[in-house]
Amino acid sequence: MEHAAHNPALLHHFADAQQQKNAASLGMWLFLVTEIMFFGGMFCAYLVYRLAHFNAFAAASQQLSIGMGAFNTAVLIISSVTVVLAVKAAEAGRRKVLVGYLVVTVLLGMTFLVVKGFEYREKFERHHVPGPTFNFTDKFDDNGKQIPVNPKEAELFFSLYFAMTGMHALHMIIGCGLFSGLAVLAWKGHYTPGYFTPIENAGLYWHLVDIIWIYLFPLLYLISRHS
Amino acid sequence: MSEHEEHSSHSQRFYISIGIGLLVLTATTVGAAFVNLGPFNPVIALLIATIKATLVVLFFMHVKGASEKLTGAVVASGFFFFAILISLSLADYLTRSWR
Repeated sequence: MEHAAHNPALLHHFADAQQQKNAASLGMWLFLVTEIMFFGGMFCAYLVYRLAHFNAFAAASQQLSIGMGAFNTAVLIISSVTVVLAVKAAEAGRRKVLVGYLVVTVLLGMTFLVVKGFEYREKFERHHVPGPTFNFTDKFDDNGKQIPVNPKEAELFFSLYFAMTGMHALHMIIGCGLFSGLAVLAWKGHYTPGYFTPIENAGLYWHLVDIIWIYLFPLLYLISRHS
Repeated sequence: MSEHEEHSSHSQRFYISIGIGLLVLTATTVGAAFVNLGPFNPVIALLIATIKATLVVLFFMHVKGASEKLTGAVVASGFFFFAILISLSLADYLTRSWR
């Protein structure tokens, strides 16, 4: 490393810090593409089953709380703003501001998870969790007329709901852990304006998890309100 | 390393206004869900979601103005393969008229 004494973070198989940064960013994006395909499989399954069992999916979707879903969407969007401001603070070498934004991001991520937990609790209480105790009563239209719903098809909706939101929540938990670790390292002064790639790449991950929720929210909560 | 301008970093104010824009779009999509637009409810919801995702990708993830042009190609390829997954799967399931 003696020839790179001007920047200890520069590995010697890279020509300069810019090339090293571009390589790290490209690698992160390739990982994010695999994440898009991973969630894409579930989105595709949801789409196919929604078209096959339209009425049951609409009835089941109407049981979700739009208020809690919208609140969580807003929380995630604000957390994406704090992440991008954290990257900006790292770029400017403002250590305390950086740590502050990272901590706020973790707190917003935890807020999301707590609200999600309350939503899951409601699903357990109303027997909307797939399994032997699953129970779904027929829905009523605006005139009070009963519309029969096949509970097996409604159970399929909730299976996909838990698979998709659960996998998203797992990504949020990983993200919170990641940002907690980064906050500690940032506090210790690991990141300088010349090297803050981990902050940038963790930020890319967080934004992707935000984008997945941006699609999950309308698909699960919103589009079946009038079906 | 300051001679290189990595992604065109915007001002704090710019990022906050993009964030406010995303919140306004969220409120719009929630509002639209309560209006009966028939078959256009899902179309509007997914259109707004795509606008929001595009804003996040371009400005928060710094794809617009990235110094490495390859990043844009990788991002586009990701969404392109996702489009293949959806369109070919639906081309199968939506045309099974014998069921």
